[in-house]
Amino acid sequence: MLRKNWQNREKLQAQATRQGFGEGLLAAAKLDPNIVALCADLTGSLNMTDFQAAFPDRFFQVGVAEQNMAGVGAGLALSGKTVFISSFAAFNPGRNWEQIRVSIGYNNANVKVIGSHAGLSVGEDGATHQALEDLATMRVIPNMSVISPADGLEAKKATLAIARKKGPFYLRLCRAKTPLFTSPEAKFVIGQAQVLQPGRDLTLIATGPLVYEALAASLALAKLGLKAGVINLHTVKPIDQQAIVKAAKATGAIVTIEDHQAYGGLGSAVAEVLVKHCPVPQEFVAVKDTFGESGQPAELFHKYGLDAKHIFTAVKRVLKRK
Amino acid sequence: MLNKQKENQLKIQANIIRQDIIKMITAAGSGHPGGSLGMTDILTALYFGVLKHNPKKPLWPERDRLILSNGHIVPVRYAAMARAGYFPVQRLKTLRKFGSPLQGHPSLHDFPAMECSSGPLGQGISVAVGMALAAKLNKKSYRVYCLMGDGEINEGQCWEAYLLAAKYKLNNLTVILDRNNIQIDGRSDEVMPLNPLAAKYRAFNFKVMTVNGHNFSEILKALQAAGWERSKPTVIIARTIPGKGVTYMENDYQWHGNAPKPEQAKEALDQLNKELLTLQHVAKKLAK
Repeated sequence: MLRKNWQNREKLQAQATRQGFGEGLLAAAKLDPNIVALCADLTGSLNMTDFQAAFPDRFFQVGVAEQNMAGVGAGLALSGKTVFISSFAAFNPGRNWEQIRVSIGYNNANVKVIGSHAGLSVGEDGATHQALEDLATMRVIPNMSVISPADGLEAKKATLAIARKKGPFYLRLCRAKTPLFTSPEAKFVIGQAQVLQPGRDLTLIATGPLVYEALAASLALAKLGLKAGVINLHTVKPIDQQAIVKAAKATGAIVTIEDHQAYGGLGSAVAEVLVKHCPVPQEFVAVKDTFGESGQPAELFHKYGLDAKHIFTAVKRVLKRK
Repeated sequence: MLNKQKENQLKIQANIIRQDIIKMITAAGSGHPGGSLGMTDILTALYFGVLKHNPKKPLWPERDRLILSNGHIVPVRYAAMARAGYFPVQRLKTLRKFGSPLQGHPSLHDFPAMECSSGPLGQGISVAVGMALAAKLNKKSYRVYCLMGDGEINEGQCWEAYLLAAKYKLNNLTVILDRNNIQIDGRSDEVMPLNPLAAKYRAFNFKVMTVNGHNFSEILKALQAAGWERSKPTVIIARTIPGKGVTYMENDYQWHGNAPKPEQAKEALDQLNKELLTLQHVAKKLAK
């Protein structure tokens, strides 16, 4: 599931997950003439210009109007289209949550909500544009599935997969270029977590580009004689209960890692599984009930507790509680 | 275009639907009689004179779409649909009851012929715009009708949707605005002034027509004229009297969202029945 040289960060190519989405959308649209896409004045940022050029009649520029975009997307979907609606995650699903809840979720409309520039990794734009709540607000909506791909290649595969599968989806994308570490052969199955490596002492469960940081942490831990399992939980909902319980039973300790608020996100979703089926100690590497600020992603990850140092601290804490 | 006989038939149909509304909201113990009664003539005109539809095949792909953006007036739609033959009239008394497809607000999940779940104000118009866009994309000839309340257009989302409808020249979209001048907290011009309303729509590149929402001839003429428009969406501003047909409810915002008590319902039904007898008498005369 990993590229051969995944351990060598410098040698890996870098690509943003939003770029993978753009490639995936174009590829999916070539396969399925039913696909249409809407964008709220961020076509370039969402890497949708290739789709727009290839299928001008299937692209709708809706202007800076995310609430309307959600409803129009639902109307198109209820008329038989497979619909992608796209903007920054801060506004889609940030601005238009109730429209997504009713027009898309309650109607069970075949709309894919694409939220890019999620998380602290947006960087310089600052707190207003750093969506840190989107996993929480999307996964509580019935009928809605939630996907957060780990690299550009996985984002492309995820886009193709959700285009094929009927129903509402939220796809979480990031702005920053991050290492391309998943292998082209790795299968992407909605709802199926990827066990990137099995563990003995604990398991790191991550989502989004931070999966690579979990892998990097496992290398550092190996040098200390600790065998950390790593799971890529690209589908936050429906959650892969089996994979989580298996890892908890095998290693007895879990650290969850996400570029999102600790409340309601991946860590909470994992905890909901553990507490019911296999209660083991869990630590949360996530943003702790605070807003972000401007800065480079690495600076922000350091300050807000998402970098290697904080993962390491969380590991020490969880091992003590075993 | 509308002869006296046909007009009288529509009036009779509307009267029956108004009686259904009173009965079903009274049985439910909650609901919105004001807007439902106010829009009865419009819904009657649509279901018994305008819509391309088939009650036996509610999801016929070529049907006109009707979106109730002001979903709270759904009792009138249920009654009109039952009378048009979509489902047995007896089912109307299950309105708002546990297990009924006749949910308090339209639910696609429970009742697919509703076209979409709606009620949270401002959302239906966006869905309608999406359906009109899809019709263009699929080169389909059906029209999309969207009913909205005047209080509803306080919501900014409506104006986002209007911008998009004009941008894509959705001449297959007809918005019917229930201009009844009341909303939950009181008179619309006090809660949030909308005038000059027709000018607002004109500025948004809509074709605008204003009609008396209780005059079938005017309603039908406007709905037909909307079909002739080549490059713009249409809005028909229908001046209506909330609670129309039940004197004590007319123009009183207290009846926006309150169910009548049984004795109040009786008074309303007595009045409507009296009117029905007169209409039936007229029908007999016209038939001669």
